[in-house]
Amino acid sequence: MISKGFKVLQAGPLALLQDAGRFGVRRQGVTQGGPADLHAWAWANWLVGNPWGTAALEITLGGLSLQAETQMTVAVAGADLAATLDDQPLPLWQTLRLEAGQKLHFKQPVQGLRAYLAVAGGWAAKPVLGSVATVVREGLGGFDGQGKRLETGDCLPIQSAKQPFEQRQVDASQRPDYSGLQRLQVLPGAQIAEFHGRSLFDAFNQEWTLDQRADRMGVRLLGPRLTCRLGAMVSEGISLGTVQVPPDGQPLVLLNDRQTIGGYPRLGNLTPLAASRLAQCLPGQKVRFQAQGRGAALREYQAFRFSVLG
Amino acid sequence: MSQGFLPRIEASGLDAWMLRLFDQIDESNLAWLTALTRQCEQQLGSALVDLVPSYTTLLVVFDPLQMDPDQAYQQLHQLLENLQPDSAAIQGRLHELPTWYDESVGPDLKRVADKTGKTLEEVVALHTGTEYQVFALGFAPGFAFMGLVAPDLECPRLDTPRQRVPAGSVALTGRQTAAYPAVTPGGWNLIGRTSASLFDPQREEFSLLQVGDRVRFLAVDRQTFVSEGGDPAPAEVESL
Repeated sequence: MISKGFKVLQAGPLALLQDAGRFGVRRQGVTQGGPADLHAWAWANWLVGNPWGTAALEITLGGLSLQAETQMTVAVAGADLAATLDDQPLPLWQTLRLEAGQKLHFKQPVQGLRAYLAVAGGWAAKPVLGSVATVVREGLGGFDGQGKRLETGDCLPIQSAKQPFEQRQVDASQRPDYSGLQRLQVLPGAQIAEFHGRSLFDAFNQEWTLDQRADRMGVRLLGPRLTCRLGAMVSEGISLGTVQVPPDGQPLVLLNDRQTIGGYPRLGNLTPLAASRLAQCLPGQKVRFQAQGRGAALREYQAFRFSVLG
Repeated sequence: MSQGFLPRIEASGLDAWMLRLFDQIDESNLAWLTALTRQCEQQLGSALVDLVPSYTTLLVVFDPLQMDPDQAYQQLHQLLENLQPDSAAIQGRLHELPTWYDESVGPDLKRVADKTGKTLEEVVALHTGTEYQVFALGFAPGFAFMGLVAPDLECPRLDTPRQRVPAGSVALTGRQTAAYPAVTPGGWNLIGRTSASLFDPQREEFSLLQVGDRVRFLAVDRQTFVSEGGDPAPAEVESL
């Protein structure tokens, strides 16, 4: 059953509906999409009892005001965007009961960049190419099916859920500190040996600063110039979290809305959880790369996925 | 490219392996890549998430919760050992793309002619005279990188990309050609426009063109172009 959910009183710069992503169609040039911070998105859904893959609203930066049009169970996880519920501070990482008429307001980043608003039962939107993930550049997904970001005046329908309200809270140990220096785990890639020794040392021992050029496609990092024996390569598929280095020597970490193929040498890939943390960083924030083995990365990812089950 | 024996299986994150079959672009690569793509579809089962074939590689994306990366590696290794190229009989479909070559919709037609020392008619004859293969899809949904364009028609990309390339625009750069499925920015030389619908989320196969398919451009006049649904609105001759 689809019912009224929220009315958008003020849209803000960027709020997008995101399920786990669009899969099986990358060979047609269609990007992955999905939540830039998979970790917070998954916990938001867990809080309201939704299964893995349910769409949640990804709110970037803030500036968004919503009014509930019915009674519902919701949760907000991820960035602290100074959110309020009827002008009172809204608690993050826990289940909340909303009554019709109540107002949610996300102001601006206090810590982190993206907050996820999940609704018990999920938001209601028709999948396009198997997914409701919103990709503005491709004109796919979202509430209208055509990749539109939320606009003032939009009415956002939800799947009405009949389950009883269950109060949940995410354990403090699972809530990341998005502020300050972030250590990002990198799985070394095939071209790593092609980087010059000094560059390889710098890559893993210097601090990197997030550039203004940071969005859902990718994040550019500023720091020492990395040089590589390889110039441009023949274009090939790009997986999530790829750290590629164009000729300007400044790494570009590719996120959910990246192009499907590309041709710059790659240092490696951020782990899925490291990519999630990068997606919460603001321009000017510092990060460091830390090499990690596949075994350790797999165990961490499995533990995360297990913890957000049911 | 780095030295070493091919094919190779390379690390590409926690949930993917890069299968590198070749170290340079060649039309004969495709029969191997399409065969490998199909084998992966058939053998990896529900753990398979995505396949991204490109000129020399196949990126295999899997669900690491369903299939351990080491197990995936072993299975891919097995597939590569037994790989045979697709025979000509099962190679990709042939598409004919009706294209109106005209300076109003192909504002770089004259630039290409000037750069290559050909007449406009010769440019069109050369572009329509080749059967192209689809090497890769990327850049945008349904955008197919095709080649190889005749050496006589090689022309560098624009110094400054256009902010807005109209949908259907047929373009070339270097030895590659393509048709833009939707309005996007673009830096290739626009020489005409096709009436073919290249990407449609409502269609069963969203993208008209798939890796391994073959493509011919057919020159049509304005009337035919319009009657087949083409949009004759002139391209803006901006160079921002």
